[in-house]
Amino acid sequence: MSKSKTVFIGENKSFWERNRRSGGYLLKRETKRTVVSIARALLMFGLCFMIIQPLLIRFSTGFMVEQDLYDSTIVLVPRHLTLDNYRIVFDLTDFPNSMVNTLWTSLLVSVLQIISCTLVSYGFARFEFPLKKFWFGCVIMLIVVPPQTIQTALYMNFANFDIFGIFKATTGKPINLRTSILPYAMMSLTCMGLKNGLYIYMLRQYFKGVPTSLEEAAYIDGCGTIHTFTKIMLPDAVPTIASCFLFAFVWQWTDIFYTRNFLSSYSIYSNQLSSIVSRMARYFSADASKAVIVPNGRQQQLIAIGVLICCIPLIILYCFTQKTFVQSLAMTGSKE
Amino acid sequence: MKKMKSTSLSEHWYSPLQDAVMSFVPGNSTYKTMRARSARTGVLFILPFIIGFLVFMAKPMVESFIMSFNDVTLIPGQGYSQSYVGLNNYKHAFTVDPEFNKYLLEEVGQMAINTIATLVMSFVVAVILNQEFKGRTLCRAIFFLPVILSSGVLPGIEHQNEFYDMMAGMAEAMEESGVDLSATLQDLLSLSGVGGQVFEVVFTMIDSIYDIVMASGIQIIVFLSGLQSISPSLYEAAEVEGCSAWESFWKITFPMVSPLLLVNCIYTIIDFFMKNDNRVMELIYQVTYQDFKFGISAAMSWTYFGIALAFIGIGAFIISKAVKSYE
Repeated sequence: MSKSKTVFIGENKSFWERNRRSGGYLLKRETKRTVVSIARALLMFGLCFMIIQPLLIRFSTGFMVEQDLYDSTIVLVPRHLTLDNYRIVFDLTDFPNSMVNTLWTSLLVSVLQIISCTLVSYGFARFEFPLKKFWFGCVIMLIVVPPQTIQTALYMNFANFDIFGIFKATTGKPINLRTSILPYAMMSLTCMGLKNGLYIYMLRQYFKGVPTSLEEAAYIDGCGTIHTFTKIMLPDAVPTIASCFLFAFVWQWTDIFYTRNFLSSYSIYSNQLSSIVSRMARYFSADASKAVIVPNGRQQQLIAIGVLICCIPLIILYCFTQKTFVQSLAMTGSKE
Repeated sequence: MKKMKSTSLSEHWYSPLQDAVMSFVPGNSTYKTMRARSARTGVLFILPFIIGFLVFMAKPMVESFIMSFNDVTLIPGQGYSQSYVGLNNYKHAFTVDPEFNKYLLEEVGQMAINTIATLVMSFVVAVILNQEFKGRTLCRAIFFLPVILSSGVLPGIEHQNEFYDMMAGMAEAMEESGVDLSATLQDLLSLSGVGGQVFEVVFTMIDSIYDIVMASGIQIIVFLSGLQSISPSLYEAAEVEGCSAWESFWKITFPMVSPLLLVNCIYTIIDFFMKNDNRVMELIYQVTYQDFKFGISAAMSWTYFGIALAFIGIGAFIISKAVKSYE
């Protein structure tokens, strides 16, 4: 019993007594610690506030009527509450429809991307094959090359899609694939989607970090490559894969580049949001053919609501999956 | 020990290719070896990538590179026709287009400053978040939030209407008349006359701190994971030897984390270059889909890509030199 009770020398003495005995060192140390923690708290609070504040402002201005916007006595709490703005934004962005479309396209695309990226990264992490360095260089290139560089050529390719002239020979015309999700699904299935090079890299780092002995044991016990992969490697990799999936999903949700290029025929929320200003002008004019100029404050307010609607599902998702989110990034830094 | 690598008798520049072919030819002497089998499964695993890369990356890249030297016209239902114009597209982008040069310079300058600021910022924040204090988990969660909040369509959307520039101008005028701490400080410091240029850069960083924090979510987490992988016994040993916190920061923390600088630097540059609120990107999109000048837009994007690549190269070079000196 007596062992567990540690007795500090001078435990019962007052702070000043201890300070005197330490020759002023204790006071110095305590002061330093307090100052550092106050400074840290201030800095952290300031930076966190800076990140959160735009969200709060968007949230509060969303409920204001137009005259509240120009009233300088109103800062955060609206005087006249209204839900009209939300109704207008819903109309402008084709709300329930576009959200549903965004949801299923993002899900489909990110699932496809992660399946293929997992396979590819496992291949890179575990097998020795000729030209491996070359292909991995291509992965790095995929990360580095902005997709905008090739957008023109891709546009042409899919506007007149043809595989070795087969369609032209049979139907006389190459088919235009730009109106369906097919091109982007194909690209996702072959790891060419949004930031897929990054996912391959992150997953490869993870797979490289797993000791090979498990797989070797499985192999000796007569487990084939596919079985080893699905039964032994995948279950452990689930958190990392989930993390990559979340990234893929969230970035696809807000993405504008691929959406604009490949999914323009669907009503996707991010697409609707990016052209909200021009539609606003038409919406507010009585005559649909003429555009009116919407006052700037009002425009900002409606855009803010649009952004908020886009963010809210993601923020809710983030709240529940915060740990998972960060998982795959932890491996990124580990050395080769 | 036998050489692991070569199955063919002599090493030629084409021997990897030869190996590649050999391991896929049944009946070949090496076909049934473990190595060849592993090579075949490996290639099967990365097959999606190989196909995708060739069809959706390499081919369009070559095409767009060719396009940048041609005058491209669309023929509805048929595809497009090209006529060779040499460097005219590049000339047009640089000399005729009124905005390309300006935007390019602006963005590149902004990028150089922002990259440095983001690296410093994310490192400092990661070091702070690695310490023990109340509310640390919440802080971490909040600092990572920008990864969601500043992705895709979200960051640029509020700046895209034409009134915005006007409003921003007005706000600046207001600031000048009122009391603005950063501006006052700026005046004071530039009066002292030492390195006015440097101060200007620093103040640009401070003014754009919101953008920097919003861009550094991923970098913070990468640094943080690096910091957490440092074993605490190193610090203990240093403390026993009489190392102060400041010293152990520069002698232990910094060298241990500095390899991550490279990863983060590259990520930051790429991230910046691909942002959607980037004006060069906007311009390229406009030229492609509103003016249908495919050749010129290809030339623009290749120029842009070249510059991005150069920056990544420079960044990687500097950092790898700097990191090496610690080892």
